[in-house]
Amino acid sequence: MGLIQEIDFGTPASTSEKLVTLTVDGFEVSVPEGTSIMRASMEAGIAIPKLCATDMVDAFGSCRLCLVEIEGRNGTPSSCTTPVAPGMVVHTQTGRLKTIRKGVMELYISDHPLDCLTCAANGDCELQDMAGAVGLRDVRYGYDGDNHVFKKSGGVENFKWMAKDESNPYFTYDPSKCIVCSRCVRACEEVQGTFALTIEGRGFGSRVSPGMHQDFLSSECVSCGACVQACPTATLTEKSVIEIGQPEHSVVTTCAYCGVGCSFKAEMRGDELVRMVPWKDGKANRGHSCVKGRFAYGYATHKERILNPMIRENISDPWREVSWDEAFKHVAGEFRRIQYQYGKDSIGGITSSRCTNEETYLVQKLIRAGFRNNNVDTCARVCHSPTGYGLGQTYGTSAGTQDFDSVEHTDVAMIIGANPASAHPVFASRLKKRLRKGAKLIVIDPRRTEMVKSAHIEAAHHLPLKPGTNVAVVTALAHVIVTEGLFDEQFIRERCDWSEFQDYAEFVSDPRHSPEEVEKLSGVPADEIRGAARLYATGGNGAIYYGLGVTEHSQGSTTVIAIANLAMLTGNIGRKGVGVNPLRGQNNVQGACDMGSFPHELPGYRHISGDAVRDIYESLWGVKLDNEPGLRIPNMLDAAVEGTFKGIYIQGEDILQSDPDTKHVQAGLAAMECVVVQDLFLNETANYAHVFLPGSTFLEKDGTFTNAERRINRVRKVMAPKNGLGDWEVTQNLARAMGLAWNYTHPSEIMDEIAKTTPSFANVSYDYLETMGSVQWPCNDKAPQGTPIMHIDGFVRGKGKFIRTEYVATDEKTGPRFPLLLTTGRILSQYNVGAQTRRTANVMWHDEDVLEVHPHDAENRGIRDGDWVRLASRSGETTLRAVITDRVALGVVYTTFHHPDTQANVITTDFSDWATNCPEYKVTAVQVSPSNGPSEWQREYNEQARQSRRIEGHLEAAE
Amino acid sequence: MAVQPASTEIVSRTSAVINELKGLEGPLLPILHGIQDEFGYVPGESLPVIAEALNISNAEVHGVVTFYHDYRNHPAGRHVLKICRAEACQAMGGDSIAARVQQLLGVGFHETTADGSVTLEPIYCLGLCACAPAAMLDGEVIGRLDEEKLEEIAAEVRS
Repeated sequence: MGLIQEIDFGTPASTSEKLVTLTVDGFEVSVPEGTSIMRASMEAGIAIPKLCATDMVDAFGSCRLCLVEIEGRNGTPSSCTTPVAPGMVVHTQTGRLKTIRKGVMELYISDHPLDCLTCAANGDCELQDMAGAVGLRDVRYGYDGDNHVFKKSGGVENFKWMAKDESNPYFTYDPSKCIVCSRCVRACEEVQGTFALTIEGRGFGSRVSPGMHQDFLSSECVSCGACVQACPTATLTEKSVIEIGQPEHSVVTTCAYCGVGCSFKAEMRGDELVRMVPWKDGKANRGHSCVKGRFAYGYATHKERILNPMIRENISDPWREVSWDEAFKHVAGEFRRIQYQYGKDSIGGITSSRCTNEETYLVQKLIRAGFRNNNVDTCARVCHSPTGYGLGQTYGTSAGTQDFDSVEHTDVAMIIGANPASAHPVFASRLKKRLRKGAKLIVIDPRRTEMVKSAHIEAAHHLPLKPGTNVAVVTALAHVIVTEGLFDEQFIRERCDWSEFQDYAEFVSDPRHSPEEVEKLSGVPADEIRGAARLYATGGNGAIYYGLGVTEHSQGSTTVIAIANLAMLTGNIGRKGVGVNPLRGQNNVQGACDMGSFPHELPGYRHISGDAVRDIYESLWGVKLDNEPGLRIPNMLDAAVEGTFKGIYIQGEDILQSDPDTKHVQAGLAAMECVVVQDLFLNETANYAHVFLPGSTFLEKDGTFTNAERRINRVRKVMAPKNGLGDWEVTQNLARAMGLAWNYTHPSEIMDEIAKTTPSFANVSYDYLETMGSVQWPCNDKAPQGTPIMHIDGFVRGKGKFIRTEYVATDEKTGPRFPLLLTTGRILSQYNVGAQTRRTANVMWHDEDVLEVHPHDAENRGIRDGDWVRLASRSGETTLRAVITDRVALGVVYTTFHHPDTQANVITTDFSDWATNCPEYKVTAVQVSPSNGPSEWQREYNEQARQSRRIEGHLEAAE
Repeated sequence: MAVQPASTEIVSRTSAVINELKGLEGPLLPILHGIQDEFGYVPGESLPVIAEALNISNAEVHGVVTFYHDYRNHPAGRHVLKICRAEACQAMGGDSIAARVQQLLGVGFHETTADGSVTLEPIYCLGLCACAPAAMLDGEVIGRLDEEKLEEIAAEVRS
């Protein structure tokens, strides 16, 4: 296997199409115009010595090691900063260059410790490599003079020496090993866009400084790891490398956190994971990462992970560990008993957006072919189901239209109801890079997020709307575009239904949709709405990126339709730099939707009532399929409370914590007779489970994840499942116990079945993914290379469909008892219900959920920063600490739902999207008041959770 | 090192300076000069305020402030005496001038006398090579330094 060594070309690739030919050391090489001599030389296979250059950042020219001689030119220019020219004759190795390089290296090493044998970077140190490359044999200067190497010099304290900074949980900064190449500073600026690092001082006194001479943890650093990756020495080193040593082999795989789907090299020593390093060939992340994917994988080996199957009669009993066989027999027996007793439709299942496509496919297959009903749903129900509906209705596909690379061609980006800096950090970095190059930004969000204003970026328009008024505001944008004649008539005539457009134009032109009217209900100044609409319509390539702030509303689907309308109105569809892009929350939520996880759809979004589609599966699976859609998650819970739904198989989702109205979910689960939870940990839902099947992590199985840009990425097994079985094997064994003759020996066979039955996946296979790296669906004979950009020559559904978007205010209204609006969101260091990230050092950044309150609202209620407050809604109440900030608007409070101690979803209501039942997480009328500590309900809940996690024979409950 | 919350007074005076100079092209250095004029030094609490106003990071402001000798991070003495230590002045007896001035004031370079009367600093070229050795006292240049002039200066700053 071996370690995957990526070539470092030293400087970024040039995008020019014009080729230039030059000669390097006698070899001719042709490269795009604007390429550096260093890169051209590397293309020719000649590596010029270098220290301050790396191809993730622009050339800097400070190390003076990469000098070359060019015939006909004076001096020895640095090859990283000198662009190629036609006919140039370059020499990379001459007597003069050798002497200069040796001298430069000698000076570097004269202020660098010589502890190479015990250094963490031993085996992965560019300084060491370069000393070798230039043939350094002696350092004549000694270490007696000024240096940064020793704590004491000649018995006296050396004030130039700085102690190692170990404040960051994942990496260390050792200034004594720093050669001040600025690669970390430039990576933080150019790649990540946080600008948390600088070089302080000057000359020999120059040092890398996080923030204002702070430690890493207290600085603006977001721990994305770009600096660590850029560092050529041991100055910035992963703590895991310090502890374990250098990896010996690596495997390319896909991150299991958000929907960006970053590619990583899992670098291993034996079956121990040493570190995750972003892969430069990864087409979603292009070599970048965030704190979660890069560092927060410790949950995979966390002590609370459950490794043995467990069952119990009652949820008040302690768990009893059993063999896999016993567990499968028990579940199969219970499910069959329940179906015999209460009818075929009394059981169902939930597929996981964190598991692979193959696993998701198997779970829905088990339900349709084994349970013989369509009671299958997935957590996309509670996040992006309106996207599926809205984009399906207007364009004909239930997915984003672009690839992430498209953002490099965007002139105006509009972010609606999303905070990519927290929830999709790698995409945020790519967007910020584009913004720094001059693209404009419009943010529609109740909060002033990091995207509205942070170092070197500032939104041209921020529309801080009142939660719940999305439809009105987006429709007002359309009003401006239509009434001011800013729409793209040619595009609409060619690609869309003209009469539907006329109907829509008439609808939005009504004065009640004007910015002035909408200002009254949304609180957004009319001028801002007009300005944003004009900018989006006339500023060049306009791209819309949106998140759950759009979908998780009672009118989620309507807003998605309104967004789709905006893009059609302005012709921003079907080419690079434009489009409508849902930012998917979980790693495989796109895939879970694609794989037929919804009760009404078979894989590939084909309705279950279609006879032709059912035929395909019926003949392959040898069963008769029900042609009626099954129950959605909320319906399952309702039915459970009513007593008609008794058993559920939940793979990798914590519905108790993530779904709205916790008490209703509790009641539903408590009313069931057999709740089967398959997960890594005893999650909150497992408190109500009768059977627990241990799950496997993304490191322990083969498969594929599909990210937000429809990209099918390989997940590769790097270690054996600690629980003994991959999740697909668990589902397969359960199916066998229920009498199904399944016989998959590898997930690739499941993908073959998916490809055979689903037209948009027709050409996908593991072999093909091996050659292509990754591919974006649709991938079939019409688009053999996959489809980076959709709707290029016309919409998938034929003509783009304009649909009226009437604003209907939500029934969840503020009043005297609940005068504030609560909206919920995410934070960078934590992920979803936090089951994974809470079990990593990421808790150092966010160890509890807090409530953001506007200073005026806080003052009215006598709340100070850091106080415990009681947060109450019509559904329930909880307590948490308050943070006073004007990031939220007056009358709006905000929190996250990463911690079960808070259970923000006790507060949220059961209102939901009219089309898809996606819950209205983003709007809840609440009251906030001072409090002394946890509420009665929180205490009871925690006690119940503690009781429910007891395992026989184990002294302590698992969490 | 944790950053102390900015006191409101420093913040408001900093903001006033920023507002006056923000419109300039490349406003950071003029703003830092303005703040040094305002406070006699650049207070650490001013840095995040500048960063916020110019929409750059705290680290960037810190990098610029620490790069230039001229910006101080704490107040100087009532007088600032800069002795040129560059080549021409050294050739004209600058070394003995440097030694003598340290002796006269009883402080080394970069130090302030205990009574707070004067801060002594080296400077590298005042552009006054024709009149070397040279010095600068509170912004006024002094040429052709000799022992006598030094004693005069010392007496003046001490008075």
